[in-house]
Amino acid sequence: MSAILSIRDLVVCYGSIKALQGISVEIPKGQIITLVGANGAGKTTTLRTISGILKPTAGSIEFKGENIGGLPAHKIVARGIAHSPEGRMIFSNLTVLENLRMGAYLRRDKAGIAEDIRRMCGIFPRLAERESQAAGTLSGGEQQMLAIARALMSRPECLLLDEPSLGIAPILVQAIFEKIVEINRELGLTILLVEQNANLALEVSHYGYVMETGRIILSDTSSALRENPSVRAAYLGG
Amino acid sequence: MIEFLQQLINGLSQGAIYALIALGYTMVFGVLRFINFAHGDIYMLGAFAGFYTAPKLLSLTGGGPSYGGAALVLVAAMALCAAAGVIIERLCYRPLRAQPRLTVLIAAIGVSLFLENGGQFFFGADPQAFPEIIADSAIELPASWGEFASLTLTIGQLIVIGSTIVLLAALRTIVKYTRTGMAMRALSLNPLAASLMGVNTDAVISFTFAIGSALAGAAGILTSIQQPSIDPLMGINAGLKAFVAAVLGGIGNIPGAALGGVIIGVLEALVVGYINPTYRDPLVFAVLILVLLFKPSGLLGKAEREKV
Repeated sequence: MSAILSIRDLVVCYGSIKALQGISVEIPKGQIITLVGANGAGKTTTLRTISGILKPTAGSIEFKGENIGGLPAHKIVARGIAHSPEGRMIFSNLTVLENLRMGAYLRRDKAGIAEDIRRMCGIFPRLAERESQAAGTLSGGEQQMLAIARALMSRPECLLLDEPSLGIAPILVQAIFEKIVEINRELGLTILLVEQNANLALEVSHYGYVMETGRIILSDTSSALRENPSVRAAYLGG
Repeated sequence: MIEFLQQLINGLSQGAIYALIALGYTMVFGVLRFINFAHGDIYMLGAFAGFYTAPKLLSLTGGGPSYGGAALVLVAAMALCAAAGVIIERLCYRPLRAQPRLTVLIAAIGVSLFLENGGQFFFGADPQAFPEIIADSAIELPASWGEFASLTLTIGQLIVIGSTIVLLAALRTIVKYTRTGMAMRALSLNPLAASLMGVNTDAVISFTFAIGSALAGAAGILTSIQQPSIDPLMGINAGLKAFVAAVLGGIGNIPGAALGGVIIGVLEALVVGYINPTYRDPLVFAVLILVLLFKPSGLLGKAEREKV
């Protein structure tokens, strides 16, 4: 089992504050890996550094054997890593369809794009119903589906998914996580999932890393983490 | 009624100029959230680009004023202004991108002063006569129009209004239907998300400056067809009024800028025609104050709201 994405000794600073203090994460191809931890542990910072929004201070990020650390965001998408950011960040004044087309911004194959839009509408039928609506008029859950679909439109090999359950009605959270598992299984897509709801994250993932104040304090298979007494006490509500 | 229509025609041809300049303010605001106060001076550069290139370009098309020659002058001025806009952004604004917005705003005022004083140094401070690039004259309206035949409509006015409509249509096509146009809209909504989609934000910002500056350059030529006296400070007043037009329409909103320009132009003409030409400038700034007091988001702008 070879890692498609491997992070070694990554350090990221905001000014003089070290947000990541040297973390190492291995993400094997085709798996769902999750980062769990409290607010401010550095989960979102990790994703943002992988996708090029933040620059690493030290350490390396290797994707398919090449160091991508420090490349600008638009070059990292081109390499095959898509990021569905925290807070969804959909383009609210563009239509659902235009949002999906933006996801395929770097692709030139018109037919392939049209086919992928149909596929996304198959995975998320709610989007098909609302394709010509301004994305800002969608509900929070629908916007999250759009954000995931938009990220998939670039045909990534690796998807970074930040807090897909944030601010979404519980009934939709379940549906969205089912889709995440489905996407992983059917497209064979590698997913790095950041999620506050540790219960849910460890249920759908293969392997998990527990973060605390910029460090990784524990890592194990997700099923083992779910049984781990200290993880249960700190993150799974006892 | 005839008097009113006449003022409307005059106002439209002036409003078209404001609209073209206002678009640059609004587009740059859309992608960078800052007011490029040097934008009015690009309009001045456009007029001087025409002043210097017209003799050469007109000689290519036979020497005298001609539509072909005028089109060449227009395109040349637009291209030179686009280049100037891109260079200014690259040298003066991009290095300050990470700084507080006030810093960039002050830099823009600096660029504006530089262009105005540099203009006086290189072009001379005295007004110059813009060469005649088209033979402007009043159009003889058919007598069968009855009392409407007494309206004055010049070829220059028609060209200004017609060119503006063509440029607006071209801009709309670019923004709405091209890949770069979509990237521009995405960038103005969320720069971070746009870069996550693979948009090279620096390139799109350069493109935005190019388009906005080209439109200001076109305005510089079109205005010189109607009022063939140009000077290095001509961009101050026109730039301020176009800025008011952009705010009136809703800053960041492209149709709004065009609408705002036309409204300001027509209001000015009505004040000049019916009240007193002295009140022309105060009126424009009274509009600015009223908009800021009662509808700060402008006529077509929407107050941004976030959804959770």
